[in-house]
Amino acid sequence: MKNLLDLFWTFAKIGAVCFGGGYAMLPILERELVDKRSWTTNEEIVDYYAIGQCTPGVIAVNVSTFIGCKRGGIAGAFASTTGMVFFPVIFIIIIAGLMQNFADNYYVQRALSGIAVCVCVLITNAVIKLWKSSIRNKFGYIVFAVVLMLSLVTDISSGIFIICAGITGVVYANLKEAKK
Amino acid sequence: MIFLKLFFEFFKVGLFAVGGGLATLPFLYDLAYKTGWFDAAELINILAVSESTPGPMGVNMATYTGFTIHGILGGIIATSGLVLPSVIICVTVEKFLERFKENKTVDAVFSGLRPASMALVTMAGIGVITGCLIFPDKIISGELSAAFNIKGIIFAVILFLLMRKFKAHPIVFIAISAVAGVLIGF
Repeated sequence: MKNLLDLFWTFAKIGAVCFGGGYAMLPILERELVDKRSWTTNEEIVDYYAIGQCTPGVIAVNVSTFIGCKRGGIAGAFASTTGMVFFPVIFIIIIAGLMQNFADNYYVQRALSGIAVCVCVLITNAVIKLWKSSIRNKFGYIVFAVVLMLSLVTDISSGIFIICAGITGVVYANLKEAKK
Repeated sequence: MIFLKLFFEFFKVGLFAVGGGLATLPFLYDLAYKTGWFDAAELINILAVSESTPGPMGVNMATYTGFTIHGILGGIIATSGLVLPSVIICVTVEKFLERFKENKTVDAVFSGLRPASMALVTMAGIGVITGCLIFPDKIISGELSAAFNIKGIIFAVILFLLMRKFKAHPIVFIAISAVAGVLIGF
């Protein structure tokens, strides 16, 4: 029970400050789950993001389900996901009920302009930090470059990239094996 | 039974929207058109609020839409509907992964997934940077003075250096940025 409450509360904290979508949440996850609690590793977080992108639903929810499930089985998955959505649901209900013009408010706009800059830096930092644990060889560089180029110039959905990259990984491993 | 229908409609959105919060948007348009629960103008407001409050976009949109349709309970039911398919699918995948952790093929799959995932994170980074700091379309059209948000870039560099120097929690930097935004504006 303590484990479940812990999962709930940890993800509630993450959800409460998760601005700018699932990707911006990466550094916060890293801080809370890898640095502070050692519940997971950088490598696993990158894996969860990869799967979270090609499974249906919201990425942040998918990632919290993975980590919750790993820590506490099905009950853990529900605890972490409920935690993740807890504060956002309360905020939205308050805003929708009481502050119809919230998004147009001058101060909200100004605060968000600052947070947007912060999100840029947070994601940049996350890329720098996770680079080492996710790209280790020439093959990794090539996949990275190809996916980045294609997503810059085309509208292919991220799920397709992930699936193709997975298949490429298997093909590459088999080719390497065959060469030996 | 409106609640059951609400739950089921958002369950479908959660099941078919692949690739994060914004992917739910076309499904919500469709839902608005099909059910008449809310209209396109409301959806634009829903999107604006979802972007300006913390929490995953998809969740925020579901809560707001559900609230518009049927108050607090509506918001909670819509959100539960949205996340339930993800939870079921991810729990299944996680159990599978645990069992096949040592499997060579699974390992090979991940050797391709990781760099691709990083590329998508980088892409998201480029997306937010070109949304608020550097505007490539202005560079192309030659309006160099409007192409860079100088104040924002300076603030970003300061934040970057601060983050390197002080290993404070990201929340601290988000709070500082919100205050700086209100005071200076970027």
